[in-house]
Amino acid sequence: MTEPLLDVRQLSRRFAAVDALKTVNFSVEAGEVHALIGPNGAGKTTFIHHVSGALQPDSGSIHFAGRDVTRRSMHQRVAAGMARSYQITNVFRGLSALDNVALAVQGRADSGSSFRFWRPVRCETALFDEARGYLAQVGLADKVETVAGNLSHGEQRALELAMALATQPKLLLLDEPMAGTGPEESARMVELIEQLARHVTILLVEHDMAAVFRLADRISVLVNGQLICTGTPEAVRQNADVRRAYLGDHL
Amino acid sequence: MTQLILEQALNGLQFGLMLFLLAAGLTLVFGIMDCINLAHGSLYMVGAYFVAAAAQAADSFWIGLGAGVAGAAVLGLLLELSLFRQLYKRDHLSQVLATFALILIANEAVRMIWGAQPVMLNPPEALAGPVEFELFGDTFFYPAYRLLIIAVGLAVGGLLYLLVAKSRVGMWVRAGAANREMTEALGINVQRLFTAVFVFGAALCALAGGLLGPLLAVQVGMGESVLILAFVVIIIGGIGSIRGALVGSLIVGTVDTLGRALLPTLLRAALPADAASTLGPALASILIYLLMAGILFFKPQGLFPARA
Amino acid sequence: MAFYRPAPYQKPLAGILLLALLALPTVLTAFGQEFYIGFATRVLIFALAASSLNLVLGFGGMFSLGHAAFFGAGAYAAAICLNSGISEALFALPLAMLAAGLFALLVGAVSLRTRGVYFIMITLAFAQMAYYLFVSARSWGGDDGLPLPARMTLGGLPLAGDAALFYTALGCLGLVIVLLGRLAEARFGRVIQAIRENETRMEALGYPVFRYRLLCFALGGALAGLAGALLANLSGLASPNLLQWTQSGTLLVMLIIGGVGYLYGGVVGAVVLLGLEEVLAGFTLHWHIGLGLLLLGIVLFAPKGVAALFGKRHD
Repeated sequence: MTEPLLDVRQLSRRFAAVDALKTVNFSVEAGEVHALIGPNGAGKTTFIHHVSGALQPDSGSIHFAGRDVTRRSMHQRVAAGMARSYQITNVFRGLSALDNVALAVQGRADSGSSFRFWRPVRCETALFDEARGYLAQVGLADKVETVAGNLSHGEQRALELAMALATQPKLLLLDEPMAGTGPEESARMVELIEQLARHVTILLVEHDMAAVFRLADRISVLVNGQLICTGTPEAVRQNADVRRAYLGDHL
Repeated sequence: MTQLILEQALNGLQFGLMLFLLAAGLTLVFGIMDCINLAHGSLYMVGAYFVAAAAQAADSFWIGLGAGVAGAAVLGLLLELSLFRQLYKRDHLSQVLATFALILIANEAVRMIWGAQPVMLNPPEALAGPVEFELFGDTFFYPAYRLLIIAVGLAVGGLLYLLVAKSRVGMWVRAGAANREMTEALGINVQRLFTAVFVFGAALCALAGGLLGPLLAVQVGMGESVLILAFVVIIIGGIGSIRGALVGSLIVGTVDTLGRALLPTLLRAALPADAASTLGPALASILIYLLMAGILFFKPQGLFPARA
Repeated sequence: MAFYRPAPYQKPLAGILLLALLALPTVLTAFGQEFYIGFATRVLIFALAASSLNLVLGFGGMFSLGHAAFFGAGAYAAAICLNSGISEALFALPLAMLAAGLFALLVGAVSLRTRGVYFIMITLAFAQMAYYLFVSARSWGGDDGLPLPARMTLGGLPLAGDAALFYTALGCLGLVIVLLGRLAEARFGRVIQAIRENETRMEALGYPVFRYRLLCFALGGALAGLAGALLANLSGLASPNLLQWTQSGTLLVMLIIGGVGYLYGGVVGAVVLLGLEEVLAGFTLHWHIGLGLLLLGIVLFAPKGVAALFGKRHD
């Protein structure tokens, strides 16, 4: 049995008097799309923050690609191959889509150091060509020069995705990529994620159940900071605890 | 020796309490209005000048103190209404520039009105001498006036605590320091709260300036050095926290005073005279900054941060 | 937010300015106003200091109120060099930059772990700490400062003449402006501007944000040290007052007047502020009030500063 790409063991975190995460044991196998669902306030985004390195757990450990990354900073985990997109769009609104993705490309270790002080970046055509490639992948090929703040909401979500892709991750953490998108943009996002899933492992946090059931190889359910169920979509759908937790809403 | 240590400890307490008067107003302005006010030291200076002028005119320290504090409160009100209201919405850079400008204006205005020489401010006649008391079987002396300062400082501290921790206004103030938007959303007239906090802060500055006037010189530029100390207090104590301001001021006040008094002596015992005489004063003057850096290393938000 | 891009008329304008400055000492001497060469040198030096702050604040977005500490450290480094027999500027100036830069590295390493108002106050406190350190250092002149036995020599040529020091300062300023201009458009410049805008995002893109900020801060400190060393040569003294937070405030004011984040913001600000000082001081002893009112006016009515006219920071 191969080691999982992401292995979270006994992760716990308290905020003041609240147990946000209670001894969460969670893993993602290489190559799969693993969805994390749960009611609002279950701790999904908090969990993603811990995996990505924005927050530090009180106890427990996180292993990525065979290495213990619990004490590693966010940028170190990104360098190791973990990328994330944000629930609330977090792009550089004043920069063009191309400049946004170019920053992501530039940040990669194999793009060379950014401690360079002389040559203007606009002369680095290779950088921008690569950025164009990622924008094309997410369907923004004709919006490269558009200032990010002027893109539609769905296009900004796609840009988020392009930036995450540009870091060439082994594991992609998608925090509600469909948040706030209309049906058309949602459908496009689902198709996009399907394509990406062919060569990137994905941990997907989503509320859109149709998308989750279509995309996920496995689903885990987080309720009140505890993981109550992990399994195939069908298994999760049948699970009594899960039905109870959701009060029969979505399933 | 015990007389020295006791005296310096009391001096430290006294200094710390006065710092608290300054730091309390400053931390609230930072905490609630998120406004950097470099001119806080100028309010202290102008307050001291008001007190000195009024005391000379009325030939009474107490009347001078009352009038001076009232005058400073009025000045604070005018400043808040005219200038600071505009500054709350602006970025820190603009606030620094504007309050820096205020320092220039205040220093120069004071120089124009009262001249460049320090102004005399005499303590009240009744408290001009030392107080004698018994402790550990020995007799000690301590200036009565300084005891007054300590008393006033403790009284104000107690009052502030009651006000902030126990009253409704205090609750609003604490809420505002923790989360401004939420407080506004709850329907509190934040505008008036801001004004009240600012004016109160100005009054506290003047009180400190007036009380310290007889001990230190009332002169142009006296605000700048004390302003930095107030900043250090807030850094140590945590922005927006009155408790932090009190603890921070007491720490800074005692460490600074005791350090300056005792460190050179201690070093002379441990090091050759040459090294001690250069190192002593230098170390004493940077002691609180080292302390600040040390505290920050473990608690970057200060000891009692008001905001999460 | 947009990345820094120089306005098209920036280079020709700068070229004209440079030519004018090259001719300045000759022109001033011709009119019998040699005194003003020293004044012009002072303006150049402060332009350099304000520009170094521009790197830290304008491009890096780090609001430091303690920048004068590095300015003063450079001055002391120069004074110590000259008092120790190192009089060659080609050694002493880089040494001053190194000293100031290392100092900035230390201060930055502690301060950059904090944010917002804390960062502002901590840099302020550290600068003040440095001031007290130098004041109580009796072997370095203490309160009175450390005098320089003579000015430095540049490649063997003494900088004793006013014009010689003027051209040296001009050369330094020119080099620094060119460096800053290139840096702003290079990889480092983009990263530092993006960090200024959204540091979490940059962290999430794999950039070690702290390292970039620290280097920017240290570089700014080193450049301030260069300015300080030149000032020590000009005034013949390294004074502890150079480290006071009020000096940091002055640099800040210059930069804000000139325009934060505009390449020539520091230069314009120094010219305006020092020029105003000179003019107003002729009118009244209490010209500080006029200056204060002017600054208030700028904050309330012209927040982008004078240099906003000369270079685009925003598209």
